[in-house]
Amino acid sequence: MEQQNVLEVRNLTVSLPKNADRPNAVENISFTVAPGEIVCVVGESGSGKSVTASAVMGLLPAALKPSTGETLLQGEDTLQASANRLRDLRGTRMAMIFQEPMTALNPVTRVGEQISEVLEIHTDLSAADRRKRAIEIMEAVHLPDPEKMVDSFPHQLSGGQRQRIMIAMALVLDPALLIADEPTTALDVTTQAQILKLVKEMQERRGTGVLFITHDFGVVAEIADRIVVMQNGRVVEYGDRDDVLRRPKEPYTQMLMASVPSMTPPDRMPRTGKNAIEVSNLNKIYGRTGWLSKDRIVHAASDVDLHVRRGETLGIVGESGSGKSTVARCIARLIDPTSGTISLHGTDIGTLPQSKLRPHRRKVQIVFQDPYRSLNPRRTIGQSLIEAPVNFGVAIDQALKTARDLMELVGLSGDALERYPHQFSGGQRQRICIARALAVEPDVLIADEAVSALDVSVQAQVLELLDDIRERYDLAMLFITHDLRVAAQICDRLIVMKKGVVVEQGPTKDVYSNPQHDYTRLLLDAAPGRDVTFGSDTAA
Amino acid sequence: MLSYLLRRLIATIPVMLLVAVFVFMLLRLTPGDPAAIIAGDYANDAQIAEIRAKLGLDKPLPVQFMVWLGNMFQGDFGESFFYKKQVGELIAARLEPTLSLSLLTIILTVCIAVPLGTLAAYRQGSWLDRGIMGFSVLGFSLPVFVIGYMLIYLFSIKLGWLPVQGYQRISDGVGGWLLRLILPSVALSVIFVAFIARMTRTSVLEVLGEDYVRTARAKGQTETKVLMRHAVRNAAVPIVTVIGLSFAILIGGVVVTESVFNLPGLGLLTVEAVLARDFPTIQAVILLFSFIYVLINLLIDVSYTVLDPRIRY
Repeated sequence: MEQQNVLEVRNLTVSLPKNADRPNAVENISFTVAPGEIVCVVGESGSGKSVTASAVMGLLPAALKPSTGETLLQGEDTLQASANRLRDLRGTRMAMIFQEPMTALNPVTRVGEQISEVLEIHTDLSAADRRKRAIEIMEAVHLPDPEKMVDSFPHQLSGGQRQRIMIAMALVLDPALLIADEPTTALDVTTQAQILKLVKEMQERRGTGVLFITHDFGVVAEIADRIVVMQNGRVVEYGDRDDVLRRPKEPYTQMLMASVPSMTPPDRMPRTGKNAIEVSNLNKIYGRTGWLSKDRIVHAASDVDLHVRRGETLGIVGESGSGKSTVARCIARLIDPTSGTISLHGTDIGTLPQSKLRPHRRKVQIVFQDPYRSLNPRRTIGQSLIEAPVNFGVAIDQALKTARDLMELVGLSGDALERYPHQFSGGQRQRICIARALAVEPDVLIADEAVSALDVSVQAQVLELLDDIRERYDLAMLFITHDLRVAAQICDRLIVMKKGVVVEQGPTKDVYSNPQHDYTRLLLDAAPGRDVTFGSDTAA
Repeated sequence: MLSYLLRRLIATIPVMLLVAVFVFMLLRLTPGDPAAIIAGDYANDAQIAEIRAKLGLDKPLPVQFMVWLGNMFQGDFGESFFYKKQVGELIAARLEPTLSLSLLTIILTVCIAVPLGTLAAYRQGSWLDRGIMGFSVLGFSLPVFVIGYMLIYLFSIKLGWLPVQGYQRISDGVGGWLLRLILPSVALSVIFVAFIARMTRTSVLEVLGEDYVRTARAKGQTETKVLMRHAVRNAAVPIVTVIGLSFAILIGGVVVTESVFNLPGLGLLTVEAVLARDFPTIQAVILLFSFIYVLINLLIDVSYTVLDPRIRY
């Protein structure tokens, strides 16, 4: 006899409020999760994958109402369960881990207490026994020194450790179903690999059914047994891992997979233009020494040397805390370097005082990661685009005309200048940010994780735009990213940073095919989904 | 932590010194000769000069300041011109009513305001939320003396349940002490309840949207405990800040309440001292108030480290 499914979602429809852009958040979706199986729900933002998870857990926001269908947890419909019954089921039969381990844990409570809280709610164990169980499960998820860590606060742990705590909390009562909502998206690639391994190990050892929600096809390739592809609230493709990844039937799935950048760098001609920017011995030290306070010093960048030629893209890759953004911010003089020279057209701007720095500011422009927060929500796109040129003395009419041209250059209508940022999608906003950077005719464009917050299909378009612009304006581009797939596709040369130090540099192709440093090898190995073909690398 | 406390305590010294200089100069530079006031309307120049010499008022200002400061450090705040008593004793006698009133008011305020604000946040948009916020607007707009007289009229004169005014020392019986403080502390607390309830609502609302609240729900935690354990504790830092500041404002603001309810506290003493140009008393009271403010600020900052383990100095 076949085992009962852990989860059966049947014809689930969740309605959106009346004024939303479509009637239903998810529409008529069905899939199952068997015991000991990992089912990945993959889709871009707004596809309804998180809504599905919340519906199962009974955690939908009040505005969203399931209108038809059932979500059967071991045969019991959670959509029909009372609030009390749902509380009994959560933590015991179904559990959930979330995207942001930084914010998903209560910052003012010790992690051990947060794990034992689950036991306190659902069992009669004594405080001492709860603590013992908490330590045991922490050991099971391979946290170092659980006896000591049980009394730590979340902020004392790293992102990966926090996610392990979340997993420990979810698994402490051996639920039949584990829902993981983008659990590795906020983590570094090496940490991501470890967490994926842990989820797999736990699921195998305990026979848990896992519903794994992600936007990342690399992660899907790494972990899935079966795959549900969602778009605009509907299931477009549903099947076994190999069927979907190797022989995608639907055009949407094919498009998504083609948009995932390949890990194999294309051949690129070496650039021979003049150096636009040269950095030598750049140091940035954070922290202070003082009377009665302990010395806390962080070397965010140590003796960094780099140069970028005109028309060239230099990538800086590394994990969080590697100092890649610090270097970018020093070059743009958003922060002051502790020492070193930053030479722009032969002028050392590293130590120029603010007053003398102003004329050079326009030469270096930045596009930031989060397009939702880097445009002032109360100013029109036009106002944002002309602010810098007008500050540098361009007449308003002239600046507006340039702004219109730039909007068209980045693929938007010139009429959109009257509108406000919230009227645009994330990808459109990032295009606007690029237009804003170009408005003062810079020589150096810094893209600081500029495509990291975007969906893959949008990401591919924005990368193409950046490459076009570099070519057209002969820009020197400094491309900061943690994503090795993106770096492979756009960078001419690469710098690999770790803890403020450059550990390796060279032409992108060489770094990928023949990495010299252990850390580079570690990063490349950790990139998920290396055995599946993505993007343009046909049967590599 | 200890070094932080030490640093903060040392940092209060220059603040207090500055206040001392200010207080000293303020009164020396106001027109009107204290010696003439003490001597009375019928004194001749020789008598005034004698008093001036006795008080040290004929010496240069810096010398006067040093002498004054030295005395302060030894707990000698001088003799009141008006009451002809040691200012230290005078203040000690008046401290109890003021502290009783302030403490009782702040306890009452916190007990009412924090639950109300939390409830309003939890039921955001409901009639309960609107009711609580409506009350809070009303609380802001009614002056203390209006509320005070209304309460006296209703509960003391019409119903006869509570004494009209006056104070009974705690040593003469807790019952009588509490009975006489009920009306004044209720009157005083209204505006602070309004203020702190609003603050609590905003702060809890923000926290309720946080991921860890969702995590707590995903664990199967009950709504009450989600609120108590996860929401309110995380919302506590801004709430405790306004509670502390309210307490400081409260102590400074007892002047009006003590007059309305005729409580022999520091507020009333301040009014009397100002009217009588009683310099030593005014000086001592201002210094005392400033010291209390500095102390409260220190307590607020220290409480942060207890409430939020991420805050370390």
